[in-house]
Amino acid sequence: MPPISRGFRGRRHADVDPSRIPPGQYLTPDFPVLSAGPTPRTPLDRWTFSIDGEIDEVRRWTWDELLALPQETVTVDIHCVTKWSKLDTEWTGVSLDTLLDGVETEAEHVVAWCDGGYTTNLPLEDVMGGRAWIAHTYGGEPLEPAHGGPARLLVPHLYFWKSAKWVRGITLTVEDRPGFWEGYGYHNYGDPWREQRYWSD
Amino acid sequence: MTSRAPITWRVATVREVVVETPTARSLVLDVPGWPGHRAGQHVDVRLTAEDGYQAQRSYSIASAPETPGLAITVQVVPDGEVSPYLVEEVRPGDQLELRGPIGGFFTWRVEDGGPLLLVAGGSGLAPLMAMLRHRAAQGSTVDTRLLASARTARDALYRDELERLGPRDGLRVAWTFTRETPPGWDGFTGRVDAEKLAAVAPPPDAGPRCFVCGPTPFVETVADLLVHAGHDPRAIHAERFGPTGS
Repeated sequence: MPPISRGFRGRRHADVDPSRIPPGQYLTPDFPVLSAGPTPRTPLDRWTFSIDGEIDEVRRWTWDELLALPQETVTVDIHCVTKWSKLDTEWTGVSLDTLLDGVETEAEHVVAWCDGGYTTNLPLEDVMGGRAWIAHTYGGEPLEPAHGGPARLLVPHLYFWKSAKWVRGITLTVEDRPGFWEGYGYHNYGDPWREQRYWSD
Repeated sequence: MTSRAPITWRVATVREVVVETPTARSLVLDVPGWPGHRAGQHVDVRLTAEDGYQAQRSYSIASAPETPGLAITVQVVPDGEVSPYLVEEVRPGDQLELRGPIGGFFTWRVEDGGPLLLVAGGSGLAPLMAMLRHRAAQGSTVDTRLLASARTARDALYRDELERLGPRDGLRVAWTFTRETPPGWDGFTGRVDAEKLAAVAPPPDAGPRCFVCGPTPFVETVADLLVHAGHDPRAIHAERFGPTGS
């Protein structure tokens, strides 16, 4: 039994369906920013998105080419490992299913890589099946640089550090290669519903 | 580098409550089995109400790894759920749950070397104070510059201790007050800007390790200014907290 924190009552959200809040999370109306370094700013005319690694031929899109692909707008709940959750966030972008369409690969993992040097790893199947996007629009507005603009990976079913800001590509890998935070003791998979915050969770 | 001690919940007992400012307290905790930490890391704190309701938050460790007792400094967030409890209610002898240490990027050890540039906004000074306390505990004289921003002198954390630490042994401490300055103040006033950073920071070609911690808009601004001044973006370590303000 955990010790009772004498006099602590806490604040319940009577108006929120508790089944939408993973364990240990609290709701925030804000959109906090967590990044390990300065915010990079790449001009759109030099921006590309690539799929490389275990693939016959590297796939690459310019900014205009990405915007010319079929776009999806999704409303999802997001959960940050630093405990905040935000409900009903609206994003527009391109599904990874679209970008990976027809790819034949031995890979079972991906590493997302980004301007500024950030990386994060995910199982390939977690970025397929309508569960991951390259998002460039948030709430109907261009995604701000501090939040990962011009485009970030959006994988809302995992803790939000997996939704890599300033994403520029994914590398398909046979071996699982831990990314930036995964190498600093955060969980390799990061399921908020199983509270997989740190490696030993 | 990954710490290999499992990150499990431990029961911590409050040994001491230190009044830092009218709205901030440091809680010095006894944590049996604590595996040790590096300066700059943080902990998760979990509170449990009588009916079983729990709330978790993260707090930077403010104490040096060398010091017995783990200190966190908590600043009241107006209308917050956890921080008003920790600042206004908690007394010595109270227990709470804690796990860590967490984080490995925003850390500094004496053997990492310098020069060091530390830039703090408000209670963002806490993890940087752990670095300065570690530096002092090790007797290090590595070139270290601290630029700390606070609203007023009353809001300045650890000010007396910082006056004892520097200026000497390679440490220089500069405060800037953004709302109100003490009588006779001849130091910086107003927000951290390019001029203040240039006056305090080692030159970019000295290759300082930069650690910036504070509210999100503060860190965004300072990190951008450091990049524009020519500092290596890979040497700029940032820790942000709070809402974006937008």
